Amino acid sequence: MSNSTIDSSASATSRRQGFTQLRKLVWRDKKALIGTVVLTIFLIAAILGSLIAPYDPNGMDFDMMEPPSWSHPLGTDDLGRDLLSRVIVGAQVSLFVGVSTVIIALVAGLVLGILAGYLGGWVDHIIMRYIDLQWAFPNFIIAVYLVAVFGTGLSNVIVAISLAFIDDFARIARGMVLSIKEEQYVAAARTVGVSDIRIMWRHILPNAAAPIIVLATVSVSYAILGEATLSFLGLGVDASTPTWGLILADGRSFISRAWWLGIFPGLAIMLTVLSINFIGDALRDFLDVRETTAVD
Amino acid sequence: MLRYLSRRLLGAIFVMWVVAMLVFFMMRIVPGDPFEAMLFDSGDPAAAEELRKKFGLDQPAHIQYLIWQWNTLHGEFGFSIYGSHQPVSRLIAEALPRTLSLAGLSFFLAVLIAVPAGIIAATRRNTGADYTVTVFAFIGLSMPEFWVAILLIIFFAAHLHWLPAIGYVPLSEGFWPWFSHLILPAVAVGTGFSAIMARMIRSSMIEVLKTDYMRLARSKGLSQQALTMYHALPNALIPVVTVMGISFALLMAGAVVVENVFAIKGLGRLLIQGILNRDYPLVQGTILVVSAIFVFSNLLVDLLYTIIDPRIRYDK
Repeated sequence: MSNSTIDSSASATSRRQGFTQLRKLVWRDKKALIGTVVLTIFLIAAILGSLIAPYDPNGMDFDMMEPPSWSHPLGTDDLGRDLLSRVIVGAQVSLFVGVSTVIIALVAGLVLGILAGYLGGWVDHIIMRYIDLQWAFPNFIIAVYLVAVFGTGLSNVIVAISLAFIDDFARIARGMVLSIKEEQYVAAARTVGVSDIRIMWRHILPNAAAPIIVLATVSVSYAILGEATLSFLGLGVDASTPTWGLILADGRSFISRAWWLGIFPGLAIMLTVLSINFIGDALRDFLDVRETTAVD
Repeated sequence: MLRYLSRRLLGAIFVMWVVAMLVFFMMRIVPGDPFEAMLFDSGDPAAAEELRKKFGLDQPAHIQYLIWQWNTLHGEFGFSIYGSHQPVSRLIAEALPRTLSLAGLSFFLAVLIAVPAGIIAATRRNTGADYTVTVFAFIGLSMPEFWVAILLIIFFAAHLHWLPAIGYVPLSEGFWPWFSHLILPAVAVGTGFSAIMARMIRSSMIEVLKTDYMRLARSKGLSQQALTMYHALPNALIPVVTVMGISFALLMAGAVVVENVFAIKGLGRLLIQGILNRDYPLVQGTILVVSAIFVFSNLLVDLLYTIIDPRIRYDK
């Protein structure tokens, strides 16, 4: 009993110090600062969505393919829909897919990786064979294969992208567990009679956190790119939901006459992904994680 | 070495077999039928049934699988359900050179840009040049390939009229027609790859420049050029090959996407259209070939190591 009190108060202090350090980092590192500011803007756009959109994102009008102007800052599309409103609402799906897929992949990957690394034996063998299978292909191709199997639509896209990312998390978690398993504090905990699950939760996970946080951050940017690309190819969400990839797909036939249809939604994707990459890079420096080769 | 090679080859074939089987059965488990979508307008159930029979889709899934596997082993992938029912093997044979020349050209362009950029950034660390390379690499990494493709079309095709916006011309019809159609897609595919590689070369060079043997070479009074080209670069390239291997796979993935923007009838376009039409034989055939490219390029990279780094041996 007294043990756990000491435990939790110590971790609370270190957590508070962690936040202070993180705040310092954001101010010191220009990349992190720019990334945080830009991402916050997009997050606000995503959360408020149609509340701040100047027009109805699906509302058609006779002002078709108008170049950017005061009344339509990013212009209008071939059906007279306001591009700015569509881009703002599009942030919702993009960020939702980006974050939710990584959370699913993170949880599932961690469970698989920790089980494989900690239990070893045939569990490890089966899990690793599956992970090796996925590892042979880029994540995006896995996602395309899965959409080929499951079909299109928002929930299928989320399932496809999360499954595609599982191997990255499982692999890194397993590696961490294997290296930590031999540490003395884990051996000590086991000698005292702490259960396996508690050892994994209290001792192994916190010590494996740094590289996993970095991977998760960077994965959000790849997930956003993946969703945009799938939607662009017509394999993503259905056509009634404006997402950045879909807006670009809609505008593609008109780009020779209406450049703004090809520029602005892509710019939104790039700025979001760039800001997440900036944050990921700053986190990598901050948490002192060696650059991994998980590039897809 | 021979034992290692045969084991890896068997492993590669096994991976392809598992992927093909998974895709085959999962496509059939998921509800939805290609002919329902196809005959949506006419809505004649008898016609759909006839087509199902013609393509063998009225059989139970495991029988279909055995037939498919038997045919595949004989190099026959069946017929496309959609359009003019062309043999899938012919469609793939036509598509393969397009995709490979696209991936090849973008690989070449990306290396051409990334290697000097990485070296300059590493040797002039923390200068304006380094900063520029880093910023461009970040931007390159953050742009989806299809958007780069759109930007290139807007600028070079629609605005300047310098290059064609769509299509593909085989190399046999002359270098310039081939190159002019392929350069924009190649840049679109290669941008992200080039960014990843420039960053890798930079950080790997920086590590190498810190080593003792570099200090020794420098103290011998070698010129900066000799130091970089003969001592630092070969050693810095070893980790880069890993990334090149993974990234070649990325190039292929990028090609799959970019082909669809430039209307190049490569493997990617076949795959995506097959998926959209639920054209089972086409999707199965394309996935098999695409998977083979990935699996064997992974193998090739592992073998490349032994050439680049003689310390690595696979004898055991």
